[in-house]
Amino acid sequence: MKITQKDVEHVALLSRLKLSEDDKDKYTQSLNAILEYMEILNRVDTSGIEPTAHVLPLKNVFREDEVKETLEKELVLSNAPDEENGCFRVPRII
Amino acid sequence: MSLTGLTAHELSELLRKREISSTELTERHLDLINALEGKINAFVTVTGEDALKQAREIDERRARGEELPPLAGIPAALKDNMCTKGVKTTCSSNILYNFIPPYDATVTEKLSAAGAVIMGKCNMDEFAMGSSTENSGFAPTRNPHDLRAVPGGSSGGSAASVAAGEVVFSLGSDTGGSIRQPASFCGVIGLKPTYGYVSRYGLIAFASSLDQIGPFTRDMTDCALVMNAIFGHDPKDSTSAPVEVPDFTGFLKDDVKGLKIGIPKEYMQSGIDPQVAVAVKKAIEKLEELGAFCEEVSLPHTEYALPAYYIIAPAEASSNLARYDGVRYGLRVEADDTISMFNETRSRGFGEEVKRRIMLGTYALSSGYYDAYYLKALKIRTLVKQDFDEAFKKFDCLLTPTSPTSAFDFGEKADDPLSMYMSDICTIPVNLAGIPALSLPFDTVNGRPVGLQLIGKAFDEGTLLRVAYTLEQNTDLTRPKPDLEGALQNGKQS
Repeated sequence: MKITQKDVEHVALLSRLKLSEDDKDKYTQSLNAILEYMEILNRVDTSGIEPTAHVLPLKNVFREDEVKETLEKELVLSNAPDEENGCFRVPRII
Repeated sequence: MSLTGLTAHELSELLRKREISSTELTERHLDLINALEGKINAFVTVTGEDALKQAREIDERRARGEELPPLAGIPAALKDNMCTKGVKTTCSSNILYNFIPPYDATVTEKLSAAGAVIMGKCNMDEFAMGSSTENSGFAPTRNPHDLRAVPGGSSGGSAASVAAGEVVFSLGSDTGGSIRQPASFCGVIGLKPTYGYVSRYGLIAFASSLDQIGPFTRDMTDCALVMNAIFGHDPKDSTSAPVEVPDFTGFLKDDVKGLKIGIPKEYMQSGIDPQVAVAVKKAIEKLEELGAFCEEVSLPHTEYALPAYYIIAPAEASSNLARYDGVRYGLRVEADDTISMFNETRSRGFGEEVKRRIMLGTYALSSGYYDAYYLKALKIRTLVKQDFDEAFKKFDCLLTPTSPTSAFDFGEKADDPLSMYMSDICTIPVNLAGIPALSLPFDTVNGRPVGLQLIGKAFDEGTLLRVAYTLEQNTDLTRPKPDLEGALQNGKQS
């Protein structure tokens, strides 16, 4: 076993997902099968190999700090599940 | 004259000569969409009224004597992960079921500027995670060549809409094969550009270092025309490559004499359907007969690309999909406190595969596992890229099958994530390396199309166009036509 049901519960918590007992069982099985398959990566010696996070040789793309048109506030807020006075409204946090 | 099933360049000529109008063309395509959608389900949203309005505007401009670009007045469709201002954009997910973007993606703007008539938004695997559209949060799309078969995915709706004749061309997105594999299954052309060649601004992100937008078309000339319309640097996408874009139609030459084409042996080995291998060999013989030089080559890290991809892509996705929290847009499931609202919203809104990948990615990035999984995968990515760099020292392009099999049946792989992932084994290495590749239909197996994959050097789409165009001009195997009579009859009854 690469990953236990307890690990799955922890990962679900980090992912902000609520899982049913059935789900926990199902995901423990399928994630184990996938992680076991990934074991073959350990056959490759990667010492001294640089990681590639991104293929283009681009770094820090800058632009002038100019005032430009922004999105229309009403259109943006029209997608909000709940809004008040031009702000997104959420349940109490504290 | 039947107006559906023709190519954009053929229709463009008819429009230019005023033998047909764009309004008429759009109406015929909407009729076909109405007749077929009950069976194919390529669309999440059909925007008929907007399309007719765009078509009338194009007709008016033409009547005033304006010289219009080649895609003007041509019916097209977008995958439902590309933002369209004022038109619902769902990613085929319940978490975005009601999202109406306040802006257009750059590709949407570019197609509008080219005068294309947008007929609607195409169905997909939820958040582009899948290889069959069975993961759509709404309903799957069917393959126009055989309604029992999946259209492939994740851009299954985009591929099926072109194969069925509902639109003339469409756009999809490709993170690990999501343009090429459905193009292969549906018997149309699909191209994944070099990473950075097409702007990702307004493309709802899956894995940002791998995602690229590209076209589905019926022939290579149309492919080049759509590339001309959508390629190019965009200051709104910081990963957009600052390079000049050539006129891609200039590469459509019926000549492969002297070209060196590598055949990666690892792609012709395990798990390839023998009949698919036969089709690829037939293509190799044809290319040699036409003067190309084909030789076996080895890409030794091929088998490690798939597991590396299934660490990198979910890791990026777990971060990108953190934004769906029920606060600013999309679904919200109410709860007493904010954290419970996040949990309830995400659990209800995301489907099974999306949750699996979010958890897989979160696990690979979590404390204690980062080096073993994520960093290891990034190093494998370097090795996969180096394999291609080595091969391109000797070869102008590479030829492989697009997918190990032709289209499979519904349900065949739906319960086994790993076997579904294997469907992209030939396409995934290309995304890791950021290089271009296209899928060209070549023959059929039991009525289901087979696709050839041509892989090129970064920013050398031109060679791929040249080889595919030459094959297209010299065989009749590159345009498989679906028999839709049955679907149309059934569609009328239901």
